[in-house]
Amino acid sequence: MKKLISRRQFLAAAGVAAAASVLTACGSSSSSTAGSAAGSTAAAGSTIKVGVLAPLTGDVSNYGIAVANGAQLYLDQVNAAGGINGKQIEVITMDEQGDATQAVTCFTQMCDQGITGLIGDVTTGPTLAVVAESQDYNMPMVTASATAQAVTYDAETDTVYANVFRTTFTDPYQGVKMADYAYEKLGYRKAAVIFQKGADYNEGLAENVELEFAANGGEIVASESYSEGDVDFKTQLTTILGKAPEVVFCPNYYEDVGQILSQAADVGLDVPFLGGDGWDGVSDYATADQLDGCYFCANYAVGAAPEFESAYEEKYGESYPNGFAPLGYDAAVTLCYGLEAAEAAGLEAGTDEYKQAVIDGIKNGEIKGATGTFTFDDHNDPVKTAAILTFEAGAAVLKEQY
Amino acid sequence: MTVFFSQLINGLSLGSIYALIALGYSMVYGIILLLNFAHGDIIMVGAYASWVAMNQLGLGPVTAVCASIISCTLLGVIIEKIAYTPLRGAPRISLLITAIGVSFFLEYSAELVFGSGAKVIPAYFESKVFRIGSVNLSLTAIITLLVTVASMLVLTFLVQQTKLGKAMRAVSEDMDAARLMGINVNSTISFTFAVGSALAGIGSVLYCCSYPQATPTMGSMLGLKAFVAAVLGGIGSIPGAMIGGIAIGLCECFVSAIGLSAWKDAVTFAILIVVLLVKPTGFLGRKVQEKV
Repeated sequence: MKKLISRRQFLAAAGVAAAASVLTACGSSSSSTAGSAAGSTAAAGSTIKVGVLAPLTGDVSNYGIAVANGAQLYLDQVNAAGGINGKQIEVITMDEQGDATQAVTCFTQMCDQGITGLIGDVTTGPTLAVVAESQDYNMPMVTASATAQAVTYDAETDTVYANVFRTTFTDPYQGVKMADYAYEKLGYRKAAVIFQKGADYNEGLAENVELEFAANGGEIVASESYSEGDVDFKTQLTTILGKAPEVVFCPNYYEDVGQILSQAADVGLDVPFLGGDGWDGVSDYATADQLDGCYFCANYAVGAAPEFESAYEEKYGESYPNGFAPLGYDAAVTLCYGLEAAEAAGLEAGTDEYKQAVIDGIKNGEIKGATGTFTFDDHNDPVKTAAILTFEAGAAVLKEQY
Repeated sequence: MTVFFSQLINGLSLGSIYALIALGYSMVYGIILLLNFAHGDIIMVGAYASWVAMNQLGLGPVTAVCASIISCTLLGVIIEKIAYTPLRGAPRISLLITAIGVSFFLEYSAELVFGSGAKVIPAYFESKVFRIGSVNLSLTAIITLLVTVASMLVLTFLVQQTKLGKAMRAVSEDMDAARLMGINVNSTISFTFAVGSALAGIGSVLYCCSYPQATPTMGSMLGLKAFVAAVLGGIGSIPGAMIGGIAIGLCECFVSAIGLSAWKDAVTFAILIVVLLVKPTGFLGRKVQEKV
């Protein structure tokens, strides 16, 4: 049988196979393109094209879907209210599957289709890739949830990516907020810190908590760390107990926080613990007793913006899934704020001047979103209040915006 | 000084758990020269058994403790029958690789069934903290220490004073000669696995008292630490396992206490290397003459 296939035939077959695979690749990427119906009836030229880029499938899709839904909700609201300057917003949504390469591919496709602003990306890795690509287009870009500093600012060359904004607060910012809250609102003066070493999130928060708390005039009496995968924290907690702090900062993720709180009870360390948004979900991992008097901060808490919550539920038939949805909503609010500025200047959508006007508009604007009112600082990071949550009978409840 | 005594208690209760697990390693090694790397994962299954009993079925803590110990014991025997018995005559390296395979099998099965997130195990009893002078002593620590000492005493009695214990010692001395003397080697080995795994079950309950979360991979590091403890004490020796476990527990606590928590695991495994280089038989191990 082998001899029946000549070399030429084999090459031809290989060529066909290769061509087919190329076609399949194109097919799959275009099938992941879901052009929204909103405004598609409007005549060409009277619409503003906006891209939404998010992982809608794959490991991180629960974040991506929340952001995309939140953004879509606001864009639909704007369209229903008559659009911007009488023009409907045409939304091009693409699924980057949580992959950086795919994200860049989607982004360039969107640019080819003529978008004039981007909402996305969602997770830090793909966002960084898109940020690099977006420089060539000077594309106004608002990410809802990428927290890494490098998304808006390159520390090595000390340059800010002028076209990139975000609506989530950064990790260090949370540390500063919690230190201020503990010192000013709760009146603590002696604090200890326990955090996981070798993790950007935990270390970043811990470092900023320590600096800010000390800058306020408080004293950090103990700074203890542990390694990933550790389950025994009694040693560190005993050391902390020996230094008699009034409060312990614990900027870690909820599973570790659960262990730490229950072991703190075991070693007799009976002081409140404070944390960041990694505490979200901790209620299932610690008892009401252990959580009593504890606080943590988050971008958004249930009940902070009831209009957003009810609108989300009305549109999608379920309550908003997590804090990424209001941030996605605010990313859309931010971008539309910039679009309005550009429209007010009478520019033509899609041109370079238009994009620059959008960027300038956002940069100088004051945005009123679901997660609060915010402006942007030198690094294009939002300056905003954090939702401070505490616990009632073991359940996290909104205490105040701070 | 207060902190020193508190850390001592932390070290002793952590060490007790290592000791209980090291005992299982040591007994199995003593009898068939197998490093049963699945031993740590048996503890993981025990923890999930408690979780299922209390959280899913709503049973009481006593039932949950029984469920943990019984499921560990059964699992140990089943693993021995299915995975190790068919390889009795095979080279030791085959047994070792099989043990690693069983370990992975258990971990990923658990991940499939329970998911990779941690499950919180409800408290078996309401923990209290007693103050003795200025030192805090938790009920959990007291129970851990007492149960470990009691398990040790029962085990020593079992091995030294009973007929089954005699058979175990005989099989470990010389399997063929024991068979010729009319000892049922297969059931003796199964019994050894059952006892070792029951100790793992007790260990898992004590572990969950102190660290009330179950994850699919919780057993792997725990097993490795207990393995180091067994080697340190002299693998194959029961009091050695106890001493090794306590030593490793104390060592970890004091390394963390002086602010080197990131080096904790490194120190533990450095001990393993040093022991293997300097005194491979550990504190109490027998010097084994290789048979030619």
